[in-house]
Amino acid sequence: MDFNDTPEEAKFRAEARAFLAANAEPKGRARPVLRGGLDVEAVKRCKSWQAKKADAGFAGITWPKRFGGREASAIFHVIYLQEEDNYAVPRGLFEIGLGMCIPTMMAYADGEQLDRYVRPALRGEEVWCQLFSEPAGGSDLAALRTRAERDGDDWIINGQKIWTSGAHLSDFGIIVVRTDPNVPKHEGLTFFFLDMKSPGIEIRPIHQMSGASHFNEVFFTDVRVPDAQRLGAVGQGWKVSLTTLMNERLAVGEVHRPDVEDLVELARSLVVDGASAIRNAAVRERIAEWYARTQGLTFTRFRTMTALSRGQTPGPENSIHKLVNASKLQDIASYGLDLMGAAGLVMDDDLALYYAMFQQALLSSPSGRIAGGSDEILRNIIAERVLGLPADIRVDKNKPFNQVPTGPR
Amino acid sequence: MNFDFSDELKQLRDLARRFLAEHSSPSVVRSVLEGRDTYAADLWRAMAEMGWLGAAIPEQYGGAGLGYEGLCVLAEEIGRALAPVPFASSAYLASEAILLAGSETQKGRLLPMFADGSTIGCFALAEGSGNPHSGAVHARCVGGRLTGSKWPVTDGSIADLAVVVARDEAGEIALYVADLTASNVSRRSLSTVDPSRDHARIDFAGADVERLSGEAGWPMVLRLLERAAVLMAFEQVGGADASLEMARNYALERYAFGRPIGSFQAIKHKLADVYVATELARSNAFYGAWALSADAAELSLAAATARVSAIEAFHLASKENIQTHGGIGFTWDTDCHLYYRRSKQLALTLGSAPWWKDRLVQLLEMRNAG
Repeated sequence: MDFNDTPEEAKFRAEARAFLAANAEPKGRARPVLRGGLDVEAVKRCKSWQAKKADAGFAGITWPKRFGGREASAIFHVIYLQEEDNYAVPRGLFEIGLGMCIPTMMAYADGEQLDRYVRPALRGEEVWCQLFSEPAGGSDLAALRTRAERDGDDWIINGQKIWTSGAHLSDFGIIVVRTDPNVPKHEGLTFFFLDMKSPGIEIRPIHQMSGASHFNEVFFTDVRVPDAQRLGAVGQGWKVSLTTLMNERLAVGEVHRPDVEDLVELARSLVVDGASAIRNAAVRERIAEWYARTQGLTFTRFRTMTALSRGQTPGPENSIHKLVNASKLQDIASYGLDLMGAAGLVMDDDLALYYAMFQQALLSSPSGRIAGGSDEILRNIIAERVLGLPADIRVDKNKPFNQVPTGPR
Repeated sequence: MNFDFSDELKQLRDLARRFLAEHSSPSVVRSVLEGRDTYAADLWRAMAEMGWLGAAIPEQYGGAGLGYEGLCVLAEEIGRALAPVPFASSAYLASEAILLAGSETQKGRLLPMFADGSTIGCFALAEGSGNPHSGAVHARCVGGRLTGSKWPVTDGSIADLAVVVARDEAGEIALYVADLTASNVSRRSLSTVDPSRDHARIDFAGADVERLSGEAGWPMVLRLLERAAVLMAFEQVGGADASLEMARNYALERYAFGRPIGSFQAIKHKLADVYVATELARSNAFYGAWALSADAAELSLAAATARVSAIEAFHLASKENIQTHGGIGFTWDTDCHLYYRRSKQLALTLGSAPWWKDRLVQLLEMRNAG
């Protein structure tokens, strides 16, 4: 048992380190980089970083060489991300496109389309988004209602998508729509890619409870999409969606702040009843529990890396990371504020402790437990696909979609 | 990254699992639980013959020299099978105490007896209520004669030798080896929440003992507890895993409201949470195994972390196994309570969760200051 790279991995890690040291700023621990919405300048920074990364061979590490990739195994991708996490590089614009959209294209688009779209995406010249969730289809994605109807060589799309990250910054999108409401829900779906500048698309930002706007609603009114942009057969959209969702992001150990180390710092600095809060037995117990959970995830990730390094494919057990992290973040934020007492309410820059990091996390952390598979869906995945328990009973499974009961709205 | 056991150790694990499924079956555990045996003596002899008792003891002292990773692998299977034998007392505590604090002569004389199973060892630290604390050690050795009461001592009534924590003439903490069959030693078996493991009160009234002549002091006791905590974490992970498997199997076969209860999210999500806790504990135990076998500076913090996770996981898994079973899980004849009892037994020896959590934060503070 050891934590060492193989010689090949060590060589790659050294290359990645050299590239990052020469091209990026190390990330300090002092002030966390908070994820805001991306403004014009931030988009420019993301694009120029992505081009630099792609030209140096650190984007698309697992992709075919034909598209500018390295054809390396997933462990090298994880190693690069580990190293990159030590640097304050611009992030947040390409994760979905390169992690989900383009891999789906690679599985279903034709050679000519791949030649046209993959390289510009890899170099960050074109941005992609994923149009899946709808007001009527979140965790139950296959209940989506956006319609597409055939019109000659085109399809005409009407309806609404929601929770689309980066829709307003995107050039292209992948979308799953209903093409036949007379068959059961999974059988009536079809998958396309489309130009986000197509006439009839309207994008509205969603004002989140945290005050920020990371997501959008996207409305489709008679949007025309050529049949040539269909991915998979008509009625096979569910199967194609599963390809997209299978590209589950590998856990790379991105640190969410405040973490348990921040809580230790906070507890050391706060005086409660004349003594440092960290002397309090109840506080110590909570810190120990979160520390143990944090370490448990770190070493679970090391076990996954070991499997990857041996050429195995990570499976549904990877759901554990987001399930544990999202709640932990919410709980640490809330507990940190408890320690501050009434002052925990205050978010003014000049008064709030630690740049109001705990307050901001209190308000943004609920999304972590919902986005990208809710806690409940992740528990279902673990129960069904890891423990082998039966799937939920689905009363709508064999009914034509247009006869499935819906709520009053 | 090579954060996993070797193929050879995985083979050892598979072999141990098959062997224990047969030789440490629930009926073997119950024969101790229900008082027909004080421990599974046939199983103990077989374990000795396979070299398990001396797994981490160097070959020069009669051990198998499998190293600590080997001992960890065995510990997980022993925990899974709830093996009713003094393995932890003899192999993690008594043998380790002699390895750490014994002279060369003492190692050469005592370790082969533990390795071949002819002598059972135990570790006597507690003197009644409370978690490990140097101030709570009142037993005293004057002129080679030990006086004091130790309870509870796991495996205290079946052990031949005890490693006893006591004060010397100068009032300093030291480790002593006591022959429990000698005069001026009286023992009484205690009834406990887990009768599948033996516990005793041992009274020393001027008993002849031998001081371990190497390193002494309270830090030595803590080192011993840390090392044992890593090994015990593997037992706890094994027990948690077995509890989860039992609950999962029952959830598949038990029908209510016309469907397997395992199809209800109330059960699925509960068992998913048990899985998560068990995996986190397993990963932390792995890190402890690495630190133990590399004798790394991180061992103290790794051990505290492994122990905190392992206590939580086994407790959760064993109580939710009963809950998943419903009423039948509360009966004597269903095995759920065997895990539930053992989870508490393992959680309370070596210091309980609040003590280890406090220690974990102490170690974090020391690390941050250093």
